[in-house]
Amino acid sequence: MKCIALLGMPNTGKSTFFNRFTGASARVGNWPGITIDLMAAKIPLGGKVVRVVDLPGIYDFHGFSEDEKVVRDFLENNQVDLLLIILNGAQLERQLSLALEARQLGLPAVLLLNMADEAKRAGITVDTEKMAAHLQMPVVWVSAKYGDGFKSASSVIAKALAASPPTDPAKLRDNLRADDEIEAAMEKIMDEAVQIPKTMPKSMTASLDRILLHPLFGLPLFFLIMFLLFQFIFTLGKPMQDGMAWVLAQARNLGLEPLLASVPAWLQGLLLDGIYNGVGTVAAFVPVIILFFLVMTVVEDSGYLSRAAFLMDALMARLGLDGRSFVMLLMGFGCNVPALMGTRIMRSRSLRLLTMLVIPFSLCSARLQVFLFLITAIFTAHAAPFVLFSLYLLSFATALLTALLFKGRFSSTEPFIIELPPYRLPTTRQIILRAWHEVRHFLKRATKFITFGVVAVWVLTHVPGDVPPASAGTLAGHISAVLAPVLSPIGIDAQLSVVLIFGFVAKEIVIGSLAAVYGLEGDSLMGLMAQKLDWVQAYSFMLFTLIYTPCLSAVATLRNESKSYAFMWVSIAWSLLLAWVVSFVFYQGARGLGF
Amino acid sequence: MPEPKLSSLHPGDSAIIRAISAEEGLHHRLLALGFRIGKEIHLIRRAWFSGPLQVRIGMTEVIMRRSDADKIRVSHQTTR
Ligand SMILES: Nc1nc2c(ncn2[C@@H]2O[C@H](COP(=O)(O)OP(=O)(O)O)[C@@H](O)[C@H]2O)c(=O)[nH]1
Ligand SMILES: [Mg+2]
Repeated sequence: MKCIALLGMPNTGKSTFFNRFTGASARVGNWPGITIDLMAAKIPLGGKVVRVVDLPGIYDFHGFSEDEKVVRDFLENNQVDLLLIILNGAQLERQLSLALEARQLGLPAVLLLNMADEAKRAGITVDTEKMAAHLQMPVVWVSAKYGDGFKSASSVIAKALAASPPTDPAKLRDNLRADDEIEAAMEKIMDEAVQIPKTMPKSMTASLDRILLHPLFGLPLFFLIMFLLFQFIFTLGKPMQDGMAWVLAQARNLGLEPLLASVPAWLQGLLLDGIYNGVGTVAAFVPVIILFFLVMTVVEDSGYLSRAAFLMDALMARLGLDGRSFVMLLMGFGCNVPALMGTRIMRSRSLRLLTMLVIPFSLCSARLQVFLFLITAIFTAHAAPFVLFSLYLLSFATALLTALLFKGRFSSTEPFIIELPPYRLPTTRQIILRAWHEVRHFLKRATKFITFGVVAVWVLTHVPGDVPPASAGTLAGHISAVLAPVLSPIGIDAQLSVVLIFGFVAKEIVIGSLAAVYGLEGDSLMGLMAQKLDWVQAYSFMLFTLIYTPCLSAVATLRNESKSYAFMWVSIAWSLLLAWVVSFVFYQGARGLGF
Repeated sequence: MPEPKLSSLHPGDSAIIRAISAEEGLHHRLLALGFRIGKEIHLIRRAWFSGPLQVRIGMTEVIMRRSDADKIRVSHQTTR
């Protein structure tokens, strides 16, 4: 099968192009370094099936960071039939070097000038024929985002693919060493073929930056924007969550209960009270999670993340991190796993490790579900958004504290230089693709972890069958008796402690298994929680859940990315300790003050 | 007298890059971002508390730490 690889500098729209070209859903974001792994898809092209690979962005073939190495390794070890070089058509004066390097290395290539729309707005024109003659490869304008130029690009690609001989990885390895002359050739082409207006047209980006990057108001604005976004998700998400819970309860009452009326009671209990209630309680949050990721997509794609890096770098530098670490923390709000992988853009190992040590404190969407559930159950609608926001602030605070304490061990002198892309709005298509991606991710986790965890918790709390469920006589009762000396000083009771053990696997299990423990769901479960816990206990439980550990996948990623078990164990031990201390101080403090 | 450092420019200043004295890795990254000797560079803003600088070179906007900007020497400053 023939193989096409996408190559370009970071943030030039490779993944956007890949998605449109193949119909896949690689992650797109207005942040250099979003694609950190290889994505591949098979598509029919010119009557044959070809494999298309989306590579991480590289600045040139001689890069040294992990993500650049991925590309080089790939090219040095795989035969590629055609490279699609994607450049940002509005930044040709610096990006053209990549095409020249490819030509010099004798790689079969088609050059796609992307972002035709932005280049046009900036008044840039290109004589593609002249450029093609210089580069000895076809040159086509496209707009990956809006789809302009795709027809002609496809046919040019198909034609080039039929004509070109595949790369010779061994030869490439040798050739990569020689890279002179590029400078001179690039200047020549820029002189002859590209016209760039002397002064930049007044852009929206510049005016927005004047406000959003304001030295004094920039940071307060950042926090205000974050708060408003969470307020928005919370206000809009609540009724969606209620609606979903109602639908799931109806399905149980009207559909499943009559259907399962004839099976033995214990099995009915496991299936309905255990699995259905457990998974259903988690599923009720799917709409909120979709909403959350819609908002995340807009934020990630807007270019605001790089601004956040600018605003926070001064503070982060004092903590031994840099602006990119902060952006990874923000990305961790969605899921810690890609954020951990995103640290590959850092070259210094110490900086990477320190950043990986703080990311697990980022309040991910799975933890968000737990908090939404408890906050709605325990706090008034008025207080709820503030309680949630306080948890986000604490998530930052614990991350920053960790960096401060550990920076001595992980000191680095990594330069901090990143591009600042213009502001962009994602298209509806991009937003929907992303949301769909997240739902699929959720369903996968649901089938893998959540069902397992919920069943395990149900069994622990219902065996042996001759004592009341979740009482001291059950397996769970024995386990929690062991944990009680540690967990009761922070206000966490027996049932909650069993739930926490499984929360280690995935945070979704926490509320799923609460439902399974009590055989209740939705409002009745919330009602019961409100009876059982006062706000001090609930907040202490949430603090512990926030800090004590990310999930099993995050821990596994931490180990893979750091390639060190020792580092993984340090991270786990430190978060457990910190979680306990923070909850202890809060719980005993609040009780001491008479709450 | 050595030429001024990039980090000494004021917001709104333009200058010409005269020398880049960075180690291999950084040098490469700078080249790829369009930093070349003889090119015009424009300082857009500086963050407070000795935070990063925002500069424009050609059509590309870049943010960089002052300590890294120290490694770039520029010609005498002009104000547009
Ligand atoms: N205006 C415009 N933006 C684009 C175009 N193609 C991609 N983008 C945006 O550029 C950013 C980077 O895209 P992405 O595919 O993640 O780039 P990659 O890092 O090269 O994979 C995203 O915000 C895209 O929405 C285009 O043709 N026009
Ligand atoms: Mg990408």
